[in-house]
Amino acid sequence: MAVAAVAVTGALAAAGCGGGSTGSNDTSEVEVFSWWTGAGEADGLAAMKADFEKRNPGTKFTNAAIAGGSGTQAQAVLASRLQNRKPPDSFQGHAGAELLDYIKAGQIEPLDSFYDENRLKAAYPEQLLQQITYQGRIYSVPVNIHRSNVLWYNPGVLKDAGISAPPKSIAEFIADLKAVKAKTKKVPLSLGAQWTADHLLENVLLGDLGTDAYNALWKPGADWGTPAVGKALGDFGEIMGYTTQEAASTDWQGAAKAVVDGRAAFNIMGDWAYGYFTGNAPNGLGKKLDTDFKYAPSPGTDGTYMWLSDSFTLPRNAPHRGGAIAWLKEASSKEGQDLFNPKKGSIPARKDADRTLYKGYLEYAFNEWNKPGVKLAGSFWHGVNASKKQHTDIDTAVGLFLQNKDVAKLQAGLVSAAKNSGQ
Amino acid sequence: MTRRVPRRVRNWLPGLLLVSPSILAVGLFVYGLIFWNTREAVSGRHDEISPYRFDKGRNFVDLWDQPSWPGAVKHALLFTAVFVAGALLLGAFLAFLMDKGIRGEASFRVVYLFPMAVSFIASGVVWRWLMNPAPPERAVGLNQLFGELHLGALANGWWQDPEWGMAAMALPAIWQMSGYVMALYLAGFRGVPEELREAARVDGASEWKVYRHVVFPQLRPVTLSALIILGHISLKVFDLVMAIAGKQIITYVPAIATYVEVLDRHDPANGATIATYLLLAVALLVIPYLVWSVRAERTR
Repeated sequence: MAVAAVAVTGALAAAGCGGGSTGSNDTSEVEVFSWWTGAGEADGLAAMKADFEKRNPGTKFTNAAIAGGSGTQAQAVLASRLQNRKPPDSFQGHAGAELLDYIKAGQIEPLDSFYDENRLKAAYPEQLLQQITYQGRIYSVPVNIHRSNVLWYNPGVLKDAGISAPPKSIAEFIADLKAVKAKTKKVPLSLGAQWTADHLLENVLLGDLGTDAYNALWKPGADWGTPAVGKALGDFGEIMGYTTQEAASTDWQGAAKAVVDGRAAFNIMGDWAYGYFTGNAPNGLGKKLDTDFKYAPSPGTDGTYMWLSDSFTLPRNAPHRGGAIAWLKEASSKEGQDLFNPKKGSIPARKDADRTLYKGYLEYAFNEWNKPGVKLAGSFWHGVNASKKQHTDIDTAVGLFLQNKDVAKLQAGLVSAAKNSGQ
Repeated sequence: MTRRVPRRVRNWLPGLLLVSPSILAVGLFVYGLIFWNTREAVSGRHDEISPYRFDKGRNFVDLWDQPSWPGAVKHALLFTAVFVAGALLLGAFLAFLMDKGIRGEASFRVVYLFPMAVSFIASGVVWRWLMNPAPPERAVGLNQLFGELHLGALANGWWQDPEWGMAAMALPAIWQMSGYVMALYLAGFRGVPEELREAARVDGASEWKVYRHVVFPQLRPVTLSALIILGHISLKVFDLVMAIAGKQIITYVPAIATYVEVLDRHDPANGATIATYLLLAVALLVIPYLVWSVRAERTR
C-alpha cells in the first residue's frame, strides 16, 4: 500500500515538474521541515522563527512541520518528497547515522565549509563532532541535546522497599528491582511499547559494557557475539522480568507516569520525561521534583552522557539554498539555541550557551554536558549510531525477544543486524 | 454532402470514448503500478541507491529468512481465520434473528450496521482501551470490568498473548464487519420465496430444518461473496493493528511489514516483495470467485 502511495505521488510529481531546479542562492524564502508540533517544541521553533525573521527581513519563513512523535510520520512524508526531488530547503533529522541513507543517496550536502565559515568546529564539543562525522565530513547542524541515560524513580516507593540511594551499577539495579518486588506491591520497573524496550536495551548495554566498549559496538565490523555483550543481554533479560505484562499497550508517557503516580519504582527514559512530569496540564502532569520523583544517571553510566540531537540539514537542490543557509546559521547560533532549548526542555549543543537560562533538571543536564572529562556515547535508538536498517533489525530482534525470552536468539539477531547494517 | 461515420464505428466508438478514461486510469494506476511493484520486487535493490539488477525472484525465497516475516504470516492467517469465521457466524446469526421477525427490526438493523461507518483507526483506539491487558487491579476496560464483577478469572492478556493475541485482535474487526455480513444475509433471506419455506413446512420440516436444508443452501452465493470481501479485508489489515498496537512484533502483519520495510528499513525490494505476496494471496481468493461468477452469468 505504501509502495503504491509513493508510486502515485512519484508519477504525479514526475508529470508536474518539468525542468527541476538546481541549487540557487535564492534567499526570498525558506521552507523548514520538522516534526516539532508538540507542546514546548512548537513554542521553541516559533521563538527561533521570530529571531530568524528579525535577522533576515527579506526571507519568508514557511513552517512545514508534520505532527507525530519522534518524526515517524514526518519521515515518511520526507522520504517521498526526496524521492520526487522536491526537497524542503532544510529538514530536521536526528544527528548521526540516521542521516546515512540520505548521505549515501546524495540527498544532503556536506556542511564542512559552512562549519568553517561560521567557526562552528570550536563551538561544538569535539566528541560530538567526531560522532556525527561520516567519512571525514559533517552533514548536519545540531540544535539541541537530549539525554537518554536517565533513571527516574519514586522516592516513596524506594523508601518502602528499603532502598536508600539509586543504584550505581546494573548489579545493584537488579538487586533493587528484586527488593521492590519482594517488599512492595508496586511495579519494579515500568515499561511501555516495544521501542521503550529498545531504549532500555541501550541503557543496559552502556551500563554493563562501559562507554568505550559501547561506542565500539557501532564501528563497522564490530563484534556483537562477545561474552561481554552476552552477559549484558542476560542482564537485560533479567531486568525485563521486573516489568509489566501490559507494557505493549502503553507508550512512554504511560510508563513514566506510573513512577510519578507512585505505581512503579523505576523507569528509564530520556530527559523529555522531565518536561512531561513538571509541565502544567494538559501537556504535563504538574508534579514536583524530589517529592513526586527524582532522577539519577541510569545504572552504571555516571560520567557518560548518552546523547541524541535534533539537527538540520542542507538538501541537495534545495529550492532556496540561500534561505536554507540563513536558517542553518540561525539554528547553529548561540542566540537561536538559547531561544529554542529552554522551551523545548533540552540543552544547547554548543558549549558557549547561557547557563543561567537552564533551571531544575536542565541545569544538571547543562553541567553534565559541559563538564570537563565527560564521555559522550550516542543513543542508537534515537538515531545517533545505527543506520535505519540496523535500527529496525535491532527493534525486530528485541520484539521477538519480548515474546520468546531467548537471550541467545536475541544476541544472534543483534549480530546479524550489525552485519547487515550497510555501514 | 457530409461524410458519414460508418455505422459499425458509430456503434462502438461512443462506448469506447466513454470508458476510455477509466481504462486508462485503471491501466496506469492499477496494472501499471502492479507491474512497477513486481519489477521492484525482483530488483534486488535492498537500499534506495543501488542500481537495478534482476534477481530472478530470489527475494521471494530470501524474505522467509527475515526474522520478522514468518511471524507476520502466522499472525495474518490466525487473524483471518478468526475474523472471517467470527463475522460470518455472527452476521448470519443476527440476520437469522432479524428474519424471524423482531420488533423494531429497522432500528436494530441500523444499530448493527453502524459500526461499519466507523473507521478502523477510530474503533481501534477505543478497543485499545477496552482490551487493556493489565491485571484487574490496575487495568482499564474489559479486564477492569471483569474485576469489578468478580470475574477476575476472565481477565486476560488480549492481543498481548504471544500465541493467541491475533485472535483477540480480530474481535474489533468482527464487531465492525458482522453488521455488514448481516445485511448481506438478510437480503439473501428475503430473496428466498416464501412458497419454498411453506412447501417445506407442509412436508413436516421443523423451523431449523427449513433453514438448514432450504434457505441456507440457496445462500451459497451470498456466503461466497461475504467470504471474499472479509478475506481480502483481513489479509490487508493495517489500520486496525496500527491503532491498537502500532508497529510491534507481537502483532506484526504483512501490510505493516511493507510499511516498515519501505519507510523504516529503507528496503524497497523487501517492501515490494511483501506487497506482491499480499496481492497473490488476495488473488487466490478473488480469481476463483470471478471465474465462478462469470460462469454463473453465462448459464443464466
